[in-house]
Amino acid sequence: MKARVHVMLKNGVLDPQGEAVRHALGALGFDGVEGVRQGKVIELNLADGTSEATVTEMCEKLLANTVIESYTIELA
Amino acid sequence: MKAAVIVFPGSNCDRDLQVALERAGADVKMVWHKDTELPKGVDLVAVPGGFSFGDYLRCGAIAANSPICRSLVAHVERGGYALGICNGFQVLTETGLLPGALRRNANLKYICKPVSLRVEACDTDYLAGYKAGQEVTVPIAHHDGNYYVDDAKLTQLQGEGRIAFSYVNNPNGSVADIAGVVSKNRRVLGMMPHPERMAEASHGGTDGRAMFDGLVSQMALA
Repeated sequence: MKARVHVMLKNGVLDPQGEAVRHALGALGFDGVEGVRQGKVIELNLADGTSEATVTEMCEKLLANTVIESYTIELA
Repeated sequence: MKAAVIVFPGSNCDRDLQVALERAGADVKMVWHKDTELPKGVDLVAVPGGFSFGDYLRCGAIAANSPICRSLVAHVERGGYALGICNGFQVLTETGLLPGALRRNANLKYICKPVSLRVEACDTDYLAGYKAGQEVTVPIAHHDGNYYVDDAKLTQLQGEGRIAFSYVNNPNGSVADIAGVVSKNRRVLGMMPHPERMAEASHGGTDGRAMFDGLVSQMALA
């Protein structure tokens, strides 16, 4: 089985990389880009039957820094 | 005073930190990240600057979960001293021993230059060699030194006098110009600037030396 973890900076935490991308899009002529947030996607190949609770524990212990980042888990 | 400097793959300020501590009079042992125990009787554990584990995932995140860091956390929980400089500060926030997190610099650039720091009125042995309000020049060298805490935590840190150093001219976007903070018991200090790189005349200045001298002499009294 696979799990996909999305890690994003929390709302309210300034994302300078997202801001730089937003400026670059504006410079390319794309008007109306009001905000860009950049995160990361982590794909995990897991033994069948691994519980979502285990993946949550992985996120809390390592994959995300919950001081500044939030995460969502997709199991497939 | 006995100190241990932790070495991770990618640490690059470990020997500078060793030299600075030895010069101040500490007996320093280097400890490899795969070791599980700190040397017996260690008073201070120092986590050096560098790029532990290539900064993969997040700066300091992999190092914070290495075997030796379990002993580091236990050492601090017993009331031991710990100092984290630059990547070491990132490691200490990742372990949860210090509040907050270090984000990418606001200008997205790696910044390597001497900066002016203000020594804050923070009651800790690490600042025994300085006077509150004093300005010192110490280099920074980081890409992810933009300190973040939420408003509630910032108010708490300010109220408890836990901000050790502030930038005179904020180089990286840090909340409230914060360059270094201490733990609630004041025995853990994390800071992005590098006092060990401004500790001898040949470094171009010696403003960092007082931190090591002050700390070692305070701990010798204890």
